[in-house]
Amino acid sequence: MTAIAKERKKRSGTLNRFSPGTQAGFHVMLGLFALLCIVPFIFVIVISFSSEDSIRQIGYSFTPLEWSTQAYDYTFKLGDQLWRSYFNSFLITIVGTALAVAMTVLYAYPLYRKDYSYRGFFNFLSFFTMIFGGGLVPTFVICKSVLGLSDNYAALIVPALFSPFSVIIMRTFFQTTVPGELIEAATIDGSGEYSTLVRIVLPIVTPGIATITLLYAIGYWNEWFLSLLYINKNMEIIPLQYLLMRMQRNADFLAKNSSMLGADASKAAMALPSQSLKMALVVFIVLPIACAYPFFQRFVVAGLTVGSVKG
Amino acid sequence: MSRGGQGGIVSAKRKKNFWLTTMLLPGAIWLLLLRYLPMLGITIAFKNYRAFKPNTFWNNILRSEWVGLKNFEFLKGPDTAVMIRNTLGYNLLWIVLGLVISVAFAVMMSELSTRFLAKTYQTMMFFPYFLSWVVASYFVLAFLDPTSGMINAIQKAGGGTATNFYHDTTWWPLILTLCNLWKNVGYSTVLYLAAITGIDTTQYEAAAIDGATKWQQVRYVTLPNIRTMIVILLIMNVGKIFNADFGLFYNVPQNSGSLYPVTQVVDTFVYRAYANTHNLGMSSAAGFLQSAVGLICIVGTNAIVRKIDPDSSLF
Repeated sequence: MTAIAKERKKRSGTLNRFSPGTQAGFHVMLGLFALLCIVPFIFVIVISFSSEDSIRQIGYSFTPLEWSTQAYDYTFKLGDQLWRSYFNSFLITIVGTALAVAMTVLYAYPLYRKDYSYRGFFNFLSFFTMIFGGGLVPTFVICKSVLGLSDNYAALIVPALFSPFSVIIMRTFFQTTVPGELIEAATIDGSGEYSTLVRIVLPIVTPGIATITLLYAIGYWNEWFLSLLYINKNMEIIPLQYLLMRMQRNADFLAKNSSMLGADASKAAMALPSQSLKMALVVFIVLPIACAYPFFQRFVVAGLTVGSVKG
Repeated sequence: MSRGGQGGIVSAKRKKNFWLTTMLLPGAIWLLLLRYLPMLGITIAFKNYRAFKPNTFWNNILRSEWVGLKNFEFLKGPDTAVMIRNTLGYNLLWIVLGLVISVAFAVMMSELSTRFLAKTYQTMMFFPYFLSWVVASYFVLAFLDPTSGMINAIQKAGGGTATNFYHDTTWWPLILTLCNLWKNVGYSTVLYLAAITGIDTTQYEAAAIDGATKWQQVRYVTLPNIRTMIVILLIMNVGKIFNADFGLFYNVPQNSGSLYPVTQVVDTFVYRAYANTHNLGMSSAAGFLQSAVGLICIVGTNAIVRKIDPDSSLF
């Protein structure tokens, strides 16, 4: 990271650049696209704070006739299923990420060890699944009827526990940051394989661990496909992403499922600000990502750059 | 370490291999159960899979009769051509557009003299990559919703007739293309930018001394230096040419049936064949074809690249 920063500083010091006019053109193009990337989210925030009357009269607008926190008031009043799903999202993300990171680090470490005898075999075992697979339906049938992944939390966690791509990223981190002599020295000192890994190697590769942790966490937080496949009856365990997706399929989901939303809901269902409420839920989903984003962006960039190095 | 002689070394090596293998085991077991076992399940594609007593997977698959290529007969259907055209068409268009735009953006960003703004652009562009298609589909809905969407509101305010976007195929090739670029351009721009930042600056200085203009430097220094990165991403994309982003094609058009002619792709076809008609045989067959063609594509492109330029090949 610092090497890149230095490099940039060095280059900005030279006089060798595009003319100011050309640079202005670059700024316009990049700036416009960059704005387009975040405008939809801002728009959704505005809609979530628009009053239902305003939406009825002039539709979704950046300048609503009337601002309102109605939608958010409702989420607090009647959000039984909502908060449950929000909780599920966090639960799945935390448990899934912890297990996935442990499995990935433990898989990548022996692949980095040049003195490990079965390195080639396990490398291929993981790599081959990146270029060939059984396909959606055989995977689904096996998971459901053989492994019992159906209508339970395991179904939302296990199928995404391991990613060969993250293994490559982690292995590359090991290769670029942990010198082989260090392992040899530890072995000569009589350190066992696990204690070498935990006490000597892991502290060196914390940036790598941060990277794959974020990749897995974002993957789990954004997961809705597993719910679509494996959850049929047990709606209590669905994450917020899937709740939102079901709402879209069914315009009146909130009103119809008022019982799911809590006891007071049926009374309130008539006055439900369903349009702004949906957008408020979108804000709930994006907010944790948006808040953490400035901090984690750096790690993801580092990881993706390292991971794209030839394996 | 008091062991002497050959025996000691062998047993130390064996011990090391043993402990390292225990580390790999959880991942290896996961791969066997969730990736390799389903490969055996491909046999469903060649059988008339149905339930027997006792209704377990192994019993069903063993007792179901072989039907040869009967499950592949869907290939003759009229929808198949449309779905293949959509998958290949969108992928080819997006590979080219994505490549050109991301490389252009990365070059522009590397040449900006205000580093702070370049950093800000990058942060904003990369953001959509971290959002799900479910969220993105609501973003699209905010603009296209038939009753409250912004575009319809503008149309009505202008006295025109509102377009019912979710029933009108006209705009969807454009909408899907914009969505795809919106979500993925930031990601590949970041990758190319990292490659460009790694270029040795003396190359530019030497070119400048030789009288190269800035545009010529981009042409003769920057682009050749990121060629390997371009080729690697190209191989990966061509290898996935029969795969489509399910979320984009399923969620963003709201699974609307009247849009199938322009939104049906192999992945949605496989899912719908299973979810709507429970046709396990046909959807497995389609999925198997997709995997097999994907494997051929990725190995094929890689072999071609290795012949032309061994350094750029993926494996």
